[in-house]
Amino acid sequence: MTQLFDIIASAGLWAAVLRIATPLIFGTLGALLCERAGVLNLGIEGIMTFGAMIGWLSVYHGADLWTGLLIAAVAGGIFGLLHASLTVTLGLSQHVSGLGVTLFASSFSYYVFRLIVPLANTPPTIVPFQPIAIPGLSTLPFIGPAFFTQTAPTYLAILIALLMAYIIFRTPVGLAIRMTGENPHAADAQGVNPMKVRYGAVIIGSALMGMGGAFLTLSAFNSFFPTMVQGRGWICIALVVFASWRPGRALFGALLFAFFDAFQLRLQTALSGLVPYQLFLMTPYILSVAALAIMARRARVPQALMQPYRRGER
Amino acid sequence: MRFERREHRPFYLLIATPVIAIIAALALAGILISIAGAPVLDAYWRILTGAFGSRLSATETLTRATPLMLTGLAAAVAFRARLWNIGAEGQFYLGAIAVAAASSKLLGNLPAPILIPLLLLVGAIAGMVLILLPLWLRLRFSVDEVVTSLLMNFIAVLFVSMLIDGVLKDPLAFGWPQSQSVSDHAMLPKLIARSRLHIGFAIAIALAIVVHFIQSRTVFGMQSRAAGLNPAGAVFAGVPLGRTLVKVACLSGGLAGLAGAIEVMGVKGYVTTDLSPGFGYAGIVVAMLANLNPLGVVFAAIFTATMFVGADGMSRGLGIPTYIADVTVALSLLTMLIALFFTQYRIRR
Repeated sequence: MTQLFDIIASAGLWAAVLRIATPLIFGTLGALLCERAGVLNLGIEGIMTFGAMIGWLSVYHGADLWTGLLIAAVAGGIFGLLHASLTVTLGLSQHVSGLGVTLFASSFSYYVFRLIVPLANTPPTIVPFQPIAIPGLSTLPFIGPAFFTQTAPTYLAILIALLMAYIIFRTPVGLAIRMTGENPHAADAQGVNPMKVRYGAVIIGSALMGMGGAFLTLSAFNSFFPTMVQGRGWICIALVVFASWRPGRALFGALLFAFFDAFQLRLQTALSGLVPYQLFLMTPYILSVAALAIMARRARVPQALMQPYRRGER
Repeated sequence: MRFERREHRPFYLLIATPVIAIIAALALAGILISIAGAPVLDAYWRILTGAFGSRLSATETLTRATPLMLTGLAAAVAFRARLWNIGAEGQFYLGAIAVAAASSKLLGNLPAPILIPLLLLVGAIAGMVLILLPLWLRLRFSVDEVVTSLLMNFIAVLFVSMLIDGVLKDPLAFGWPQSQSVSDHAMLPKLIARSRLHIGFAIAIALAIVVHFIQSRTVFGMQSRAAGLNPAGAVFAGVPLGRTLVKVACLSGGLAGLAGAIEVMGVKGYVTTDLSPGFGYAGIVVAMLANLNPLGVVFAAIFTATMFVGADGMSRGLGIPTYIADVTVALSLLTMLIALFFTQYRIRR
């Protein structure tokens, strides 16, 4: 029992929570934005993989870290454009198109990576984002080292969550996005072009997914390896439901999720040898399924989610 | 630019669609190959000869196509009823490990004619079990099964990893995490001597025919199709939607589990966590390329296996990463989607 308490009371745990949450925050916000406009984007897993790869590769070839992050965002946006063309313009199944984007983006990432970086025993590395101590706040006891000595993209992710909450609920643009996700016909009648809104939401949402992937290679780790995204994209899709399509709750959900993940990592070392480590590794996925089951009933799904929109056709 | 629904779809278009899609995917992948600095036509020629150039490589390709046919069928039957079973990868592993467990712990001493069918059944049932939770969540709480069945893949692989690290670990594997081997007489008979091609290939083709028959000639087939085309309408017409989806899920999960069982009993003999190079995910592409037609799955699986087997030799010869095969297969899913769209719509200015 004291062991459990020690784990929870350590600043290291809470610092890890924010670090683990960051890619989830980016990814969940990205998926949330797409779904608010009525487009399910299952390309997320592949887009995150590609973001992780291209961000790393850019920095490895001499770009600075912020440029790497930007390139990952642009690449994510391009995959978003692909998904939007297939689902918005052509009105194809969002499920199948998203899976296609995921399969393509991840295999394309491995291909490009292997083409440029030949097999080596030790993967080449870069110098990742360093933690920034926020003056004043970081010297607070316990809270300082836990919450105010993160890398820059973590602060950025939290900022984007707050900004997105503001945009979606307080601005005309947000209203247009919500209307498009609820009832594109009504939106169209009000002079909002649902096609344009959906394109915009999917492209920007996918750009966020790309940044979430890039965080893994530019901040959390310093090299790229295949399968490093490890289902984080799918977890983000579950987190969107858990968050009931609200950015603030998405932030909370990602942090809660990351808390369990960081906690199980430490429990794993504390109990090593007693319990098979695979049981701990399963927990994020089991938690996601549980989160879906608990929240699915109460959640208010955007009514036009997964419905293609064609003017004059119902 | 506007799209207009076609009044009727000419038959030749349906046949031409996958061909056009594959050619387009090969052309796009060709751009990637030429960017990498290799001659494109030579690369494709090497893939083709690598996959079919000799008796050994041809049987190898068909061996590789076997699990793809089964996971492709698994996806095709589910997708047709609009049950998004993306969990074939996990179901594959569960089928595989169930066979290893049953053979080494319970049934290993039975004679082959009883043991083999029994083990295949065990594998299929294990696959079914894994799809039941996502299905239950969908029917009870209307949770989209895409994400849940996908997450089950990760859980299943970790579960397998746990077993082959623990109770099912082979003590003779020098500490390597590998399951105990299935008994020798549980191995599937070879279809062609001195090759790896086993009877599972014939089983997969037979199952494709059976599934085709079920879908086109039985009430269940009709009901599952109606559930996919228009669930509300199907319920109105008296289709028991829940019960139909349970049957569809069992068929789909069973086929994926069987794929795992057959891979263990036909090729490897034991289970490791790299038993499948993504057979479950490739099955999705196979099903789409076949336009969810069970007989088409056979050909789509052979195409996919050709890419995977052929890419190895091409990669060694030209220094192009083998991932080009995965890229081409994934691209063919996207081009097939677009090609299918144009069989249903035409452009009107």
